[in-house]
Amino acid sequence: MIAGLTGAERRTAMLMAVVAVLVGLLMAVVGQDDPMGVHGWIVLIAGVVTFLLVGNALDRPEPGEDRLASYYDDPTKVGIVLSLLWAIFGMAMGVWIAAQLPWPELRFDGAWSSFGRLRPMHTSSVIFGFAGNALIATSFHVMQRTSRARLPDQLSPWFVLLGYNLFCVIAVSGYPMGITQSKEYAEPEWYADIWLVVVWVTYFVLYMRTLARRNEPHIYVANWYYMAFILVMAVLHIVNNLAVPASLTAAKSYSAFSGVQDAMTQWWYGHNAVAFFLTAGFLGMLYYFLPKRAERPIYSYRLSILSFWGITFFYIWVGSHHLHYTALPHWVQTLGMTFSVMLLVPSWATAGNALMTLNGAWHKVRDDATLRFMMLAAIFYGITTFEGSFLAIRPVNALSHYTDWTVGHVHAGALGWVALIIFGSTYAVVPVLWRRETMYSWRLVEVHFWLALTGTVIYILAMWNSGIVQGLMWRTYTDVGTLRYSFVDSLVAMNPYYIARVVGGSMFLLGAILALYNVWMTIRLVPAKTPALDHPTSSEASEPAVPAAE
Amino acid sequence: MTILALLIPVSLCMGAIGLGAFFWSLRDGQFEDLDGDGQRILFDDDAPLPPRSDELPKETTR
Repeated sequence: MIAGLTGAERRTAMLMAVVAVLVGLLMAVVGQDDPMGVHGWIVLIAGVVTFLLVGNALDRPEPGEDRLASYYDDPTKVGIVLSLLWAIFGMAMGVWIAAQLPWPELRFDGAWSSFGRLRPMHTSSVIFGFAGNALIATSFHVMQRTSRARLPDQLSPWFVLLGYNLFCVIAVSGYPMGITQSKEYAEPEWYADIWLVVVWVTYFVLYMRTLARRNEPHIYVANWYYMAFILVMAVLHIVNNLAVPASLTAAKSYSAFSGVQDAMTQWWYGHNAVAFFLTAGFLGMLYYFLPKRAERPIYSYRLSILSFWGITFFYIWVGSHHLHYTALPHWVQTLGMTFSVMLLVPSWATAGNALMTLNGAWHKVRDDATLRFMMLAAIFYGITTFEGSFLAIRPVNALSHYTDWTVGHVHAGALGWVALIIFGSTYAVVPVLWRRETMYSWRLVEVHFWLALTGTVIYILAMWNSGIVQGLMWRTYTDVGTLRYSFVDSLVAMNPYYIARVVGGSMFLLGAILALYNVWMTIRLVPAKTPALDHPTSSEASEPAVPAAE
Repeated sequence: MTILALLIPVSLCMGAIGLGAFFWSLRDGQFEDLDGDGQRILFDDDAPLPPRSDELPKETTR
């Protein structure tokens, strides 16, 4: 893969690795009395490894000009595998902390292994590691195909992918050491945030440069979703992480906002992370891979564009529904609630559009578990967006907020929608990327499908029950007007649901392990496809002129 | 409430950028052939078209 880089690109990569080594060394020296020093060592090691890997291939011959006749898929391939590795790590962390609730001794009496430190390891690994890598990898794939153009250069996609993974490693390794700025889904401290801005701006510029090179005049709707994901995440990330470091030699920083403004900024970020990271990007994935796999155009392409503008416009207002019954002004709560309910319209238009695309291809859904993953994702997307609008209504929120119902809702989206569309797209894209006839085992895809579905259903049913029981117990009064149940009473009532959650989560984790195994065996063992169509479309002789890059 | 002096212009600007993006896409002809646009992604043969050369004379009509 490194031999595919041109000589100039290899030298630039080595130069950047040297910069990383120097920055890492500086962080390690000035931050030696702080957990920041450990991050310095991680950055330094990343730089050294990159330097050695690229340096090792420095003398290899230059790649030929014929590389320009094919899409540049190497970063996509690495991204897909990284995403599955993060999935397994993150889901395993999730199962562990889920098991800590019924069996607290699984903390092993360590400060680092307490629930509060392991939970962000779980959330960051699955959201940023698993979902983020899948978004970056598939966006490289989709933007090239829909633009009919190769990526503009070979270095910046690597910078984006590997730089982003460095951010993920810094984030996840910081939590057990106690590094956090106490903002949900934005826990990493200032230096990690600054690094992510650099990576993210490069990502956006790369996307725009590819689109500028497009040979297809129309910008396919998936690209609009991916671009909204990149652009809005940049805005959200920068504003929510505005902070003043307490010292340049340590990780601790203080938010630029205080009190209720800080809470509002955080949940403006937090809900739009759901909207633009976990929804818009994955809708881009859905709008490309679902029609592709079903071999049918999207049912109403017009509606897909209309839904795009509806979703992006409505979502940005809804963050305040996380702060019902708080110090936040009442009208701001009402505003968020109103937009949350209106959001149901474009959300269901999207889910319906996806399902109507399959209307007429149900035999494919029956036979093809990959397509079924995508169909189920669209169904869960519909369920979750309905539930989300419902929970945002203030009196409903009075019952559901601070209970496990919220956890159930999030996982209906995260497992049922995000993870299933990733797995469906992964199974669709792996044979294309590695030019294989099929996946290694369609049976394993089928087993994975049922494991994922059963695991998700067990998980969310457990959390719905647990959440509603919890909410009702907390608001039950005796005849004399005192609370009927203590908090511990409600905790004891949760026990069976927490055990059920561990079971559901473990099934989902097992499915992810099967996915990695299946992808790995596809790469290793499935014979390559005969390159019947693998020639530049410009070749009028339609001869298989250029062999694939590998 | 002085923050409104900042927030209102910022939100108007962001709205204008969104509107600008929409008008650009309208004038660029992005919505001329929606059925074809939805279908064309199904027919790629997994190789990019040759890079556009900016030296070539540009299309005069669109």
